[in-house]
Amino acid sequence: MSEGRPVPFRGGGFRPVRIRWAGTAVFVLLVALTEWGTRAGWISNLTLPRPSDVVATLVQLWRSGLLWQHLLPSLARLAVGSMLGVSAGIAVGVMIGLFSLVRAGLVPLVAAIFPIPKIALLPLFVIWFGIDEGSKYALIALGTFTPTVVATYGAVDNVDRTLIRMGQSFGLRWFSIVRKIVLPGALPGILSGLRVSLAIGIILLVAAEMLGAEYGIGAYILEAGSLYDLERLFAGVVILSILGVLTSWAIGVLEHRLLHWRG
Amino acid sequence: MELRLERISHRYDGMTVLEDVSLRIAAGEILCVIGPSGCGKSTLLRLIGGLERPDSGQVLQLGAPPEGCLNPLTFVFQDFALLPWRSVAGNISLVLEDHGIRGRAARAIIDDVLARTRLSDFHAALPRQLSGGMKQRVAIARALAVNPAVLLLDEPLSALDAQTRELLMDDLIDLWQRQRFTGIYVTHNLAEAVRLGHRIAVLSRRPGRLRELVEVPVPMGERRIGDPRLEALQARLWDMMKEEAMAADRELLDV
Ligand SMILES: Nc1ncnc2c1ncn2[C@@H]1O[C@H](COP(=O)(O)OP(=O)(O)O)[C@@H](O)[C@H]1O
Ligand SMILES: [Mg+2]
Repeated sequence: MSEGRPVPFRGGGFRPVRIRWAGTAVFVLLVALTEWGTRAGWISNLTLPRPSDVVATLVQLWRSGLLWQHLLPSLARLAVGSMLGVSAGIAVGVMIGLFSLVRAGLVPLVAAIFPIPKIALLPLFVIWFGIDEGSKYALIALGTFTPTVVATYGAVDNVDRTLIRMGQSFGLRWFSIVRKIVLPGALPGILSGLRVSLAIGIILLVAAEMLGAEYGIGAYILEAGSLYDLERLFAGVVILSILGVLTSWAIGVLEHRLLHWRG
Repeated sequence: MELRLERISHRYDGMTVLEDVSLRIAAGEILCVIGPSGCGKSTLLRLIGGLERPDSGQVLQLGAPPEGCLNPLTFVFQDFALLPWRSVAGNISLVLEDHGIRGRAARAIIDDVLARTRLSDFHAALPRQLSGGMKQRVAIARALAVNPAVLLLDEPLSALDAQTRELLMDDLIDLWQRQRFTGIYVTHNLAEAVRLGHRIAVLSRRPGRLRELVEVPVPMGERRIGDPRLEALQARLWDMMKEEAMAADRELLDV
């Protein structure tokens, strides 16, 4: 009686598995395809610049020192603006999560501010905070503020209530419960909100720099665009992408260090 | 410390959950509370522990808690309620910090309760590294750390497998014999009730009323699995529970 079929396998899947090479492979393939196309001529150089030319532009930018001249002010704007927006966002988000009155008062306001394209407010910010750095900080701060608020109070709402009840049952002080139970419990949600906020921050950084800055990645891209200099345009875009990847990586490191308890 | 419940009634959104429950729990006694699910056992425990206010009636503490008691009414929860970001020692230290117990004093208490729950080797482990039974032992160690007058246990073994349950029951009996704590032990498991209770309060289906109060006729130290007196009692309790559950089903059909 050795007849019989093996039970067909139908489990598995639906769980992300870490595959390191795939991301790089897609990237390399796209670049290689573009390089081939532009060299062979089936991609005209008005459509896309040749990747090797973009690299050459980047190298030249580096050598001439212009890279830092553009990058440093951009980084400073991003750092200051998002620091302001994120810290205010976390503070307000926690308050909304903890106090019903604050929630009732501020959630509609945040919902009203969230969908406004912040770039549209730039002229207003220029009047309020001046044409210089102030308006750029304000734009990035406001842009990172709203998503941070929403992510933070969502994270506070999602903290396991049984843990809070446990804290109360041991007679922990209100402030201890907030500091030792609510905030650590909300941290994963806050950090994943930070990913979104900082990406929005980078978008707004470029937008702000396009509207009046001498130096900065945004200004560099705008200038290249108006001259139809595709190599430089793409060089700027590459820098932005790298910036995005780096911030995402930095948050990954932060998560790894602060959330090691999740395993 | 003794507890007295006087005519406790409680409602949630117009639905009466507990009705007119009066009980007295003597110092050093473990009272088990059983009843069909949804009859208000957990609610009763929350009312006793001061996590909720009863709509009517009151819970009274009689006598002073013992010397050095940091938290007279202390819970052990079904789902352990350990902070996943704190180590075993950190979870216990959590309930000491607000009393200003830190450093060496905290260390001494933590070492003591971990030794009593046989967890000394797991000081630095995170909750996710522990099995269910060990997590619940950590929760018990945490409860012991505040030197409670009354332990309020809400189905503390229900999330565990049968073997672990047996072992932990032995642990609890051991702990009680070394230091006679007062306990209110909510469970739906009749075997646990006859093993761990001095008396067993049987609640009726919702709205939970005190249906019967049964004394367990065997001293704690002499209870063995398969003891005919305990088996008989368990069978009697089971009949009561079955009756309640079937009546509840009928009521549902009648609606
Ligand atoms: N916070 C609450 N709000 C509304 N209803 C509740 C609440 N807690 C419990 N209940 C209801 O009260 C009844 C008794 O609940 P519970 O005390 O948890 O029962 P048990 O622990 O005996 O299973 C259930 O029907 C439950 O749905
Ligand atoms: Mg319950």
